[in-house]
Amino acid sequence: MSWFSQTLTSSIGKKLLMALTGLFLISFLVIHASINAMIFYNDGGETFTHWGHFMGTNPIVRTLEIGLIAGFLLHIADGLILWKNNTEARPVNYAVNNPSANSTWYSRSMGLLGTLLLIFLVIHTAHFWIPNRSNQFSTGEELNLYQMMLDIFQNPWVVLIYIAGCISLFWHLLHGFKSAFQTLGWNHVKYNGFINFIGTAFSIVVPLLFALMPISIYLGWVD
Amino acid sequence: MEGNMSLSLKVWRQSDKNTAGAFENYKLDGVSPDMSFLEMFDVLNEQLIEEGKVPIAFDHDCREGICGSCAMFINGRPHGPLKGVTTCQLHMRSFNDGDTIVVEPWRAKAFPVIKDLVVDRDAFDRIMSAGGFVSVNTGNAQDANSLPIPKEAADEAFSAAACIACGACVAACKNASAMLFVSAKVSQLALLPQGQAERNIRAEKMVAQMDSEGFGACTNTGACSAECPKEISMVNIARLNREYIGAKFSSTAV
Ligand code: SF4
Ligand code: FES
Repeated sequence: MSWFSQTLTSSIGKKLLMALTGLFLISFLVIHASINAMIFYNDGGETFTHWGHFMGTNPIVRTLEIGLIAGFLLHIADGLILWKNNTEARPVNYAVNNPSANSTWYSRSMGLLGTLLLIFLVIHTAHFWIPNRSNQFSTGEELNLYQMMLDIFQNPWVVLIYIAGCISLFWHLLHGFKSAFQTLGWNHVKYNGFINFIGTAFSIVVPLLFALMPISIYLGWVD
Repeated sequence: MEGNMSLSLKVWRQSDKNTAGAFENYKLDGVSPDMSFLEMFDVLNEQLIEEGKVPIAFDHDCREGICGSCAMFINGRPHGPLKGVTTCQLHMRSFNDGDTIVVEPWRAKAFPVIKDLVVDRDAFDRIMSAGGFVSVNTGNAQDANSLPIPKEAADEAFSAAACIACGACVAACKNASAMLFVSAKVSQLALLPQGQAERNIRAEKMVAQMDSEGFGACTNTGACSAECPKEISMVNIARLNREYIGAKFSSTAV
């Protein structure tokens, strides 16, 4: 094995990959949330569609999208491998265990939260991204994503699934954001307060913003 | 040291590595709140011997919190309910009369059970042999003042060196990860001038050995540091990450 693949397959290397892809996906969330938040202009989707069109057709963005897919796949595959290795590291479990005495439940449940997010991701891309891109691929035309949102979010169950997805995202980020910096070795008295603050704020603001989208459409605040 | 506490104990019994183990229930009366947890086990073992039964095997040596051998997972936590202590420093006053106490060995693939509560922690020794040392030529010790060391670095190295290799970090971690232990052992040398010569190769080799022993990967839950009797800080794990990643990308060892 070359030193490079040896590094990335070591326990620390796998975590490094997790942290780097995680931060990359976090940067994607910023863009995704900002552009979707354009629906709150409540202008019949004009601003949203303008930016959606840019994101869906700009060649640079489309190229970056390949990187995004790779980032998702790496984060998911690496996460599953880590989850498997880490389960194998304790073949016999404790009969009595009191982990809440020493750690938060969500820091111990990143695999579970990640799996919930993966299920959500499948549902979510099946709603919007996959139909839109397949249509672009076959006819060259974009779908009216705004109208699709208005239609899809009339179903209360769909709205509930999206809210559940956002709640999973909140807990996943609450540990993941800070954890990524620790993995990168960035644990320093001068910056810890800042990282903690930004991490917590980000984990609240972004999922909340996302959750407000289906809720607002369902309740008719945005139409 | 007669006392008035009565306890129910549920202890893991396993005759050797290859035999399946099980919990045994014991009743123990006359326990003094001033006994240490290990002294309570001594009393239990005497009772077992008098009954003609095999006493419970458990590791212990110094009984003052410095050797790190007294591994016991007590009521779901390594070294029991207190913070910053080993099992030998835990006293029965931390429990109540009539309590049921469950005692298990450390559970990790890399720490196989040898007998009852005794686990094989040679994996830690092999990690140390892989790089947890400095190579120094023999001869006269050089004058201490010839190696200036900032006070902060000395203090930090000293806190890392407080690690007693007890394995509670591995026992507490949901991934049975040895990162806190390895990070303490790497840090105590990386922070000092004496550790510089082998700094890169040390991080690379110790982590490689840690991985090959079958410990899990760190997910930064912080359980290790919270349960560590020497309160080794997570800052050391961040340092180990820097040491390892830095070494991997810069050393000439390919
Ligand atoms: S880091 Fe703490 S818990 Fe882990 S082996 Fe050292 S002293 Fe024990
Ligand atoms: S017996 Fe030495 S630390 Fe407990």
